[in-house]
Amino acid sequence: MRTARAMYRYDEFDARFVAQRVEQFRGQVARRLSGELSEDQFKPLRLMNGLYLQLHAYMLRVAVPYGTLSARQLRKLAHIARRYDKGYGHFTTRQNIQFNWPRLVDVPDILAELATVEMHAIQTSGNCIRNVTADHFAGAAAGEIEDPRPLAEIVRQWSSLHPEFSFLPRKFKIAVSGAPNDRAALKFHDLAIEIVRDGDGRSGYRVFVGGGMGRTPYIGYVVGEFVEKPDILAFLEAVMRVYNEQGRRDNLYKARIKILANALGQDEMRRQVMLEFEEIKKTGTLALPPEELARIQAYFAPPEFEALSDEMPRAEGDFADWLKTNIAEHRAAGYAIATISLKPIGGVPGDASAEQMEALADLMDELGLAEIRVSHEQNLVLPHVRKKDLPRLHARLAALGLATPNAGLVTDIIACPGLDYCDLANARSIPIAQTISERFADLDRQHHIGELKIKISGCINACGHHHAGHIGILGVDKKGVEFYQLQLGGSGAEDASIGEILGPGFGRNEIADAVERVIGAYLELRRDGERFLDTYRRVGIVPFKNVAYGEELHAAY
Amino acid sequence: MAAPQQMLTANRLKDGAVLYWRGGDWVESLTAGEVFDEPAAADAALAAAQDFVGRNLVVTPYLFEVREDICGIHPLKEREIIRAAGPSVRADLGKQAPRRSPAGNPKSDDRKEDRDYVI
Repeated sequence: MRTARAMYRYDEFDARFVAQRVEQFRGQVARRLSGELSEDQFKPLRLMNGLYLQLHAYMLRVAVPYGTLSARQLRKLAHIARRYDKGYGHFTTRQNIQFNWPRLVDVPDILAELATVEMHAIQTSGNCIRNVTADHFAGAAAGEIEDPRPLAEIVRQWSSLHPEFSFLPRKFKIAVSGAPNDRAALKFHDLAIEIVRDGDGRSGYRVFVGGGMGRTPYIGYVVGEFVEKPDILAFLEAVMRVYNEQGRRDNLYKARIKILANALGQDEMRRQVMLEFEEIKKTGTLALPPEELARIQAYFAPPEFEALSDEMPRAEGDFADWLKTNIAEHRAAGYAIATISLKPIGGVPGDASAEQMEALADLMDELGLAEIRVSHEQNLVLPHVRKKDLPRLHARLAALGLATPNAGLVTDIIACPGLDYCDLANARSIPIAQTISERFADLDRQHHIGELKIKISGCINACGHHHAGHIGILGVDKKGVEFYQLQLGGSGAEDASIGEILGPGFGRNEIADAVERVIGAYLELRRDGERFLDTYRRVGIVPFKNVAYGEELHAAY
Repeated sequence: MAAPQQMLTANRLKDGAVLYWRGGDWVESLTAGEVFDEPAAADAALAAAQDFVGRNLVVTPYLFEVREDICGIHPLKEREIIRAAGPSVRADLGKQAPRRSPAGNPKSDDRKEDRDYVI
């Protein structure tokens, strides 16, 4: 049993542990190639190391814990992309990066290279607790209560190879956030932790459970209203025990905790978790001492902010456009959070070339930026940019093709790899994203439409988060031909909701037209200040439904 | 109605490359692969492929439906069309990518290489 007191140190233990895992996998690959291991024996081992066999080739999914990367790590990812893959990587909706073409024989070397920069692919697949995701503005956002990443790191350490939770009924995804604005899609996770304050101003943890997308989408509910900080691991362990014991193992489609949480109901789930929690607490072994939390927090200390003028640099032209959408308010005066869009018009959402990654790493060094974040919206984020450096940053990003001014707009589309890469997909996602992106390329039109989140999945597993899209698109297969269902009114933010299916699917060449008609209806129906989502919630699905299938918008609306 | 024509595919173990069956061995190109008109012949090839699985050379062999006509071989499902070519959004990647010799020049005789057995 791992205890908080024995919690290992970030550097020495991790380095040794990851290096050992690399050598284990090297041996496993050798035994597979020699035939000592059959494919059935080898498959779970490779999956435990993030290695899938996809449509064209193997795919390696590398964990980016809580979405944070250093310049050194980004440079290493670029090197791997160039040396072992085809010159690019794909950033995913779980803040990871995937390489789409590694050779099995090279993967041990890739993992060894990753280990030199304290990275790995452990628990990026399989029925275990996966890479913990976090608000991509963590530690930087104005209005944040606390940086959630120290907690994410503690959860990562607790859950890494946890003997009791390595063979769960199904995969288990955890997200954390420390801000009232939910940028981590908390309520769509198996379990989520939100840092909150009580009436006395003390901070603690609100725990959600049972959210999820996929075949049966659910919004998570609160299972712990205010968990005291030293108790969080005991509380998580209690939730995991209830799930591990009662989660269904007889049916793959009913194995996630959301099914159990919904079957038990909120009251019964809380009762059972509290019973386990009290038992675990009695042993005292999982108490998280404040000094341990403080020790981990020290790793995430923000940079020493200089006393700078809070004035924005003078802006015009492309730079002014970029500032409108790709800059968010920072907690420190004189600083800004910059979103680097990986959604060029007509591009592949989330892809970055080795050259772009390398140039970004150089740019981070040049501007003294210690870290870069991967967002679940498949963009990159520089969390602590001096406002006075923004013109230089923008100019450099523009030269790299990374200054698309569209964060949060209609062309900032999430899309899973879909049938272009994925073995599970039923339909392509990327070409649909590209067509819509090109259709709405005009920036004035994008601004006129305002905030609109389109999310596209190529199958019901919902890696593209279509349930949480203001406009969600789900690719389906009808006798070998791609069709696309529209869903409206989803949200992955603090006002979480599941999109409603509009009706029969559209053909590949019809879906962009349907989206355009739906957006056209919104523009006619909206009141001052309403986002697409607000208008949808006010008027409901009917007017959009009629228009999407080609009818005129009825005067009554 | 006659049974649909079929082909046999698998992935090469050591690097994951997509392979197609031809005459008791494997080639990398769909166009060089063997089309089975009869289900019995397809099933026999699938059974024979198990030998390559047992020798740890390929994984996950399976049959898929195609239609062969004067223009060539056409997989019936989008999935197999994409698998045979590469990502539809990146014409520079996968089997559809222009072949380059080590010197960077397009190969003079691609078809010969496509027909080479690759295990």
